[in-house]
Amino acid sequence: MPVQAAPHEVTIEVNGSRRTVTVEARRLLVHLIREDLGLTGTHVGCDTSQCGACTVEIDGQAVKSCTILAVMADGASITTIEGVAGGGDLDRVQAAFQDHHALQCGFCTPGMVMSVRNLLKENASPSEREIRHGLAGNICRCTGYHNIVRAVASLASKGDVA
Amino acid sequence: MTISTGKRLIGQSLRRREDRKLLAGRGRYVDDIKLPGMLHMAILRSPHAHATIGSIDLSHAKAAPGVRLVLSGAALIDRIGPIVPNWIIPGSKVPVRPVIATDRVRFVGECVALVVAETLAQAYDAVGLIEVDYEVLPAVTDEAAAVQQSAPQLHENVPGNVTTLYKVTGGDYAKANAEADQVISLRVINNRLIPTCMETRAVIAAPEPDGTLTVYIGSQVPHMHRRWIAETVGIPEHQLRVVAPDIGGGFGAKMHLYPEDLLCPYLARELNTPVKWWETRSESHQSTSHGRAHTEDIEVAFKNDGRILGLKVSTLGNVGAYLSNMATGGPTVNTVNFGTGTYKIDNYEAFSRVVVTNTVPVDAYRGYGRPEGAYIAERAIDAVARHLNLDQVDVRRKNLLHSSDFPYRPYGSTGVMYDSGDYQALLDKALAAFDYRGRSEECERLRGTGIYRGIGIAAYTHMCGMAPSRRLAPGGFNRGGWESARVSIDSSGRATIYSGSMSQGQGHATSLSQIAADVLQIPIDDIEIVQGDTRQVQAGHGTFNSRSMAVGGSSVHVSAHQVIAKAKKIAAGMLEVDEKDVSYSAGAFTVPGTDIAPLTFSKVARMAYVGHKLPDGVAPGLDETVFYDPTGMGAPSGVHLAYVEVDPLTGTVDILDYVAVDDVGTLINPLLAAGQIHGGVVQGIAQALYEEVSYDPENGQLLTGSLLDYAVPRAEHVPNIRSLFQETPSPTNPIGVKGIGESGSIAAPPCIVHAVLDALSPFGIKHLDMPLTPPRIWAAVRNARAGAA
Repeated sequence: MPVQAAPHEVTIEVNGSRRTVTVEARRLLVHLIREDLGLTGTHVGCDTSQCGACTVEIDGQAVKSCTILAVMADGASITTIEGVAGGGDLDRVQAAFQDHHALQCGFCTPGMVMSVRNLLKENASPSEREIRHGLAGNICRCTGYHNIVRAVASLASKGDVA
Repeated sequence: MTISTGKRLIGQSLRRREDRKLLAGRGRYVDDIKLPGMLHMAILRSPHAHATIGSIDLSHAKAAPGVRLVLSGAALIDRIGPIVPNWIIPGSKVPVRPVIATDRVRFVGECVALVVAETLAQAYDAVGLIEVDYEVLPAVTDEAAAVQQSAPQLHENVPGNVTTLYKVTGGDYAKANAEADQVISLRVINNRLIPTCMETRAVIAAPEPDGTLTVYIGSQVPHMHRRWIAETVGIPEHQLRVVAPDIGGGFGAKMHLYPEDLLCPYLARELNTPVKWWETRSESHQSTSHGRAHTEDIEVAFKNDGRILGLKVSTLGNVGAYLSNMATGGPTVNTVNFGTGTYKIDNYEAFSRVVVTNTVPVDAYRGYGRPEGAYIAERAIDAVARHLNLDQVDVRRKNLLHSSDFPYRPYGSTGVMYDSGDYQALLDKALAAFDYRGRSEECERLRGTGIYRGIGIAAYTHMCGMAPSRRLAPGGFNRGGWESARVSIDSSGRATIYSGSMSQGQGHATSLSQIAADVLQIPIDDIEIVQGDTRQVQAGHGTFNSRSMAVGGSSVHVSAHQVIAKAKKIAAGMLEVDEKDVSYSAGAFTVPGTDIAPLTFSKVARMAYVGHKLPDGVAPGLDETVFYDPTGMGAPSGVHLAYVEVDPLTGTVDILDYVAVDDVGTLINPLLAAGQIHGGVVQGIAQALYEEVSYDPENGQLLTGSLLDYAVPRAEHVPNIRSLFQETPSPTNPIGVKGIGESGSIAAPPCIVHAVLDALSPFGIKHLDMPLTPPRIWAAVRNARAGAA
């Protein structure tokens, strides 16, 4: 019989709000975000931490939220795609994606946007090679990456700071 | 309400209307839907490729926490019908495919039992408690092995493991063979692929208080799913509502009927509560349809000047353990009918066999058959050029059709007709954009320095939007070729368009609006597109075979014209003039040559709904529905060129440039069109260089069972794609479009293979099978060097 794991209380700050939820020890952070908090913009695209659709920011760093248990995130500050624009319009990465047709089905897009934000934070002016390498953790099946790279390059060339 | 400026929107690179919600994380995919009382289904899948099922012990699973129901196939055999294919080539032997296996499993991943529990975790836990006794049988996974006499037999009614025999001939191949200066043969393998939509499949079935059932499913074909679920589960079709919300990619994989599509509706009715199933990625690799999986034997007869006289093809199409939805049509009609490609080859003889094996069912995947067909034509012509040591462009130009040949029936075919095109101009444009001469010289020059670069070319054509309906029956295609659109104008003059097409990321909300806006001449923001709800959309066939603009777009166009025709009648009444004197432009009805004030579309719309002053015989309302059945099919075409560098020491391939010139007829939205090319080309590059489903030939185990093992390319594995277009409007539909979605995945595989073979030509390597992975290239170079030594 499966072991009935004891529930754990996890308190995190998500998109600026403090939330406390009770989870099983085995619950992944991505499922806490999607199921317990109802923030369904963060997606699950695989089960081996390959696709990056679940990427969120934890304490300012892009992390695949399927790679850590919810209990490990206790006390962390998390930004999901829903919090990127702070409830307002699209942020500059999102706007560049729309302008360059850098999304089709949109399923990988939230994770891709989170990774691009991280990439630009670490390197405000990446070369094409650096952009492609920087997005190696995120799979897109629709765009062939071409327009995603163009969207990121458009931000890099301006020399803006993320 | 603003008046349209009258600027034509077809041809404009409008930004997509659907993007904002998707970018903000407000998309709504099936897995995002949560309903009160929703239970979760998990599936126990066969760990064996071929085995008989002895006893199944469900007792531990039934006793597990949160479990509501546990069933094996035996409990369902009389409750849910078998899964019946939707395209059955006449004469095919159709094996019975139960929704859950009962006495025998035939592939790793086949459903054996199910659990319904309160949480998904509980369902997975309980699946692990089901005990099944299997007696393992010999398995066969490879199509060539499966047709050997000694091969394990999968189905009693499919002797020799061949479900379908198909033949197509034109001219006289034997004569061509006799008259040829030379004949060469080659065997090419079209590697098995996994479509890999980023959103896996998911289904939720929910009983409604009124006794009807709503099914949420990521379906490319919602109305087809409604029909199939209704017929197989035994639910009256009118009491079934299928809703396809946002879909995370389809590529063909989401246009088929799968066991889970039937189980959730059945269970939801049995348990009288919503039941959800969501597929893990690893599950997807062993339960969602695969693509390609062909072996082709090709014989080509030619003159020493490079002119091709005849082509002979023998195809083995591996369709997995059962006939999935379209399975008999892929290796047959869709492949060998197109085996002569863009070339004038009058003498043609092709034979194909559809073969069952102990593998995941193979079905439509982006291009379905046409990538395989184009690969036949292109590998053949490239082999001829290489064999004769002639320039690959010259040999192609000698055999390519000319614009004066259209409309063209290859090898006198009765089923295939290329409506329009200009292949020679495509070639010229591609060569110029690529700088073919300059790069050819560069290749030569660098070879002397130990740098191995190569140029690859591939041309392609195919046909989109299977139609007209009356011509589909003889081929065993059990659906129509039409598409429906309802253009409903409200009393303010704004439009809601209900389209039977189904976007999975193509951007129909934008492209269909552009088509409608040009006819209705109202601002695009005054148009809403509704898709993916059988309760709202009157009827439809959905999106596959690159049909959505050619057939779905045309239906919107025709329907919008009917709206304007009726509005013109109403306007004439309001203006008290004869209808024939009224013209419509820039969103207003006018009477040219008079000083009568223009009447806006919105005022006419209001009149249509208040009905105060309508001409005799004109009913109230401004709402037109069209079932548009095309007269023929559009045939897009293109020429792609790739420039690669191969490192013979490591076997790695670097794509330095890729130029795609495509003729997809009228471009609705060039930005979105290029996006389709980029994505398709990269899926084609993936087939050529990276992706291949591997099975252990001894025991039939799936070796590429997750994204850790199956090499979907990342951004750093692929190049920029230079996408250019040529527009030869199709005469088969009113807007002149041909279809675009499949172009890239058809052209890119031969294009890349040719480039790599060109780079490796100094080693005397004439053929390599995809994917051209570093070990495969490295071994070929090593063997070539050893042979030369």
